Amino acid sequence: MTLDAAPRLDVDRLLDDPGTRIIVCCGAGGVGKTTTAAALGVRAAERGRKTVVLTIDPARRLAQSMGIASLDNVPRRVEGILAGGRPDGDEPDGDRSAGDGSAGEAPDGEGPDGDRTDEDGTGRGGSAGGRDRDRRPGGELHAMMLDMKRTFDEIVVAHADAERARAILENPFYQSLSAGFAGTQEYMAMEKLGQLRARDEWDLIIVDTPPSRSALDFLDAPKRLGSFLDGKFIRVLMAPAKVGGRAGMKFLNAGMSVMTGTLSKLMGGQLLRDVQTFVAAMDTMFGGFRTRADATYRLLQAPGTAFLVVAAPERDALREAAYFVERLAAEDMPLAGLVLNRVHGSGAAGLSAERALGAAETLESENLENARIVDQGDGETASRAAESLGDGAPAGDSPAAGGGPDEAAPREDEDESAGNRPDSSGNGQDGPHGQDGPARRATADRLAAGLLRLHAERMQVLGREQHNRDRFTALHPEVPVAEVSALPGDVHDLAGLRAIGERLAADGSTPGAA
Amino acid sequence: MSRLHVVSGKGGTGKTTVAAALALALAEEGRRSLLVEVEGRQGIAQLFETEALPYEERKIAVAPGGGEVFALAIDAERALLDYLQMFYKLGGAGRALKKLGAIDFATTIAPGLRDVLLTGKACEAVRRKRKDGRPVYDHVVMDAPPTGRITRFLNVNDEVAGLARIGPIHNQAQAVMRVLKSPETAVHLVTLLEEMPVQETVDGVAELRAAGLPVGGIFINMVRPEILDEEALARAGGTERAAVAGALSRAGVGGARRGGRAERLVGPLLEQAGEHVERVRLESAQRKEIAGLGLPSRELELLSGGADLAGLYRLAKDIRKQGIPEAAA
Repeated sequence: MTLDAAPRLDVDRLLDDPGTRIIVCCGAGGVGKTTTAAALGVRAAERGRKTVVLTIDPARRLAQSMGIASLDNVPRRVEGILAGGRPDGDEPDGDRSAGDGSAGEAPDGEGPDGDRTDEDGTGRGGSAGGRDRDRRPGGELHAMMLDMKRTFDEIVVAHADAERARAILENPFYQSLSAGFAGTQEYMAMEKLGQLRARDEWDLIIVDTPPSRSALDFLDAPKRLGSFLDGKFIRVLMAPAKVGGRAGMKFLNAGMSVMTGTLSKLMGGQLLRDVQTFVAAMDTMFGGFRTRADATYRLLQAPGTAFLVVAAPERDALREAAYFVERLAAEDMPLAGLVLNRVHGSGAAGLSAERALGAAETLESENLENARIVDQGDGETASRAAESLGDGAPAGDSPAAGGGPDEAAPREDEDESAGNRPDSSGNGQDGPHGQDGPARRATADRLAAGLLRLHAERMQVLGREQHNRDRFTALHPEVPVAEVSALPGDVHDLAGLRAIGERLAADGSTPGAA
Repeated sequence: MSRLHVVSGKGGTGKTTVAAALALALAEEGRRSLLVEVEGRQGIAQLFETEALPYEERKIAVAPGGGEVFALAIDAERALLDYLQMFYKLGGAGRALKKLGAIDFATTIAPGLRDVLLTGKACEAVRRKRKDGRPVYDHVVMDAPPTGRITRFLNVNDEVAGLARIGPIHNQAQAVMRVLKSPETAVHLVTLLEEMPVQETVDGVAELRAAGLPVGGIFINMVRPEILDEEALARAGGTERAAVAGALSRAGVGGARRGGRAERLVGPLLEQAGEHVERVRLESAQRKEIAGLGLPSRELELLSGGADLAGLYRLAKDIRKQGIPEAAA
């Protein structure tokens, strides 16, 4: 309903479009940016595109999942990419539209519906074989990890003569700068992107962005460099240091000498000399730096570039995503859409958290009474379940169920109206299982109460996620969204990345997915 | 006793929330703590539901028992000008440097210097004394950069001290390192019971230890209770399936009809329970991994209503109850 107001991001169309040459994945830290970039890479390659993924700082497992534990500064081919047997290539949209409809009705649907859960719940394992029709031959996947220092060194070597290059590489200031003070990463990521694009060996470059202070740092990096190079400060730095009143000082105007004097006092004469030597040695290269920084910036604005903002359905991540969307618009950078990772769903979305909790409480209080009648011999499992139920349900938690989520969550069954509430009526009648012994019934009650509490927890998560997402959609209704349902564990291999790619490309509105 | 608490963690683990709760917890019994933000995100202001923090220490919360929490969002440029003023009385020259672009250079182009300023300002707050010689702040809590960058961030002064081998910058950098490497400091890492954050935590601890930085404790955030175990799940899905449907029906969520809604509800509920059991299993493996670090760990419950002000006080209470982790001597 409300959430469907956001248009769906058609990931496959984006990947298949030969006009798409660069995809930049950006967003806050911890939202699955790198995983998304890798999954898109696998999918693009298997759909026939010659793809390279530039990762910045992949978790070890993720690098291993692409079979490239030793990722380095050079693109390495990823083995195990599947090309389809059928090169004819169906229309990416054609055969999926039928599925969209059925999944789309879930939010306002009838509630529990047995078969809806089947297609999604088991998606973690069984995906590898089934989607051959989506694959096309001719694709390749290459992956690399940005090595800041080496990238910087390469630039120096490529753009300075041998002697000057050596002077720069041996300069202590350069060594620390290039070894990775925060921020260098952003310059080098953009530099590397420019290099990859210039080589023109790939149809599609997918870039992950650095885990910056702010997700926007990499956008600012080239500009910042430019403004520095235009500034007066660099000229001050280029002036000789004030060392014991050398003759050269006479030729500096008074302002300059105060400046260098101040700098010398601040930094210590030796550091200032190191910086000056560095700046002098880099001098001839700076022009090249700026030209390339500007070119990369323009490249990011070009029609072949698509930005994907990656987020999880959490408040902070989506707030940052919204900020990013606004910023991209201000910079004339082409936004393709929002990838929303780790979205939860429920096969029983019609049963609200409040009602599930109420029902669980009814069963538990009934159970307490029964426990007085029945002796203790009805099984450890249930009693353990009942124990942890006690912990899980402090009185203080319940109000939360009625708090934040309630405007978003409840999708009540229409045939379960207030008249049928679980108060006392349920206790009296025997129900369909009246013939069971009271002990067995107590066990079933506890199990059912546990299931209901889990469901209530899930529905609270759903409610919160939807609230956050609605907020984003209200601010940016024009941004297409692709949702990726939550996986229980981490990705360990290509099959895992492939499964994520399928979830990315599948219809976004799948609250039935889990 | 640690006075500077540095809180790091992988993105998305809630390190800002934990840092804020820790600052509240440390402000008990009339103490005063300072919560410092270094990444310019204004996450603290959002958490405490106040307007954006200026570059100025201001009180943002009162802890139970009368303690106070102050907050400061450190702005690198302002911190640099502060320094110039404080140490070199360079008010005018500072402005001139700014006009030249030198301040820009220092805080953005040469980003290492930025980290020097941020860590320097936090250490200054730790060392600051009142007239009677007692510290202005009993504790300083820093919402620090994420695990992947924390060691480099804290160690930047070592690097700077190596670069500037003499002079005021050298001395300043060394003074900061002395605080950071002393038992006065504890670096805490926040994680979730998930594979990637735990792996990053393990790597982060190894890096911190190698750099000689004092590691405090591990905060395991967003912990959810175990509600059903594997055996219960097997029973609910096996022999007791019909009885469970009956129970649901009696509780009023499935209608009273046999084979009605309750029956259809069981499938999806069992599936969710299956995911729950799977998650609990993965979590226990991650717990073992964390235990292997030999560090004090604290578990913080998932705030079902999200991280709001009420939740923050609850976490603070919880941290106090479990005890504030200290760096091992």
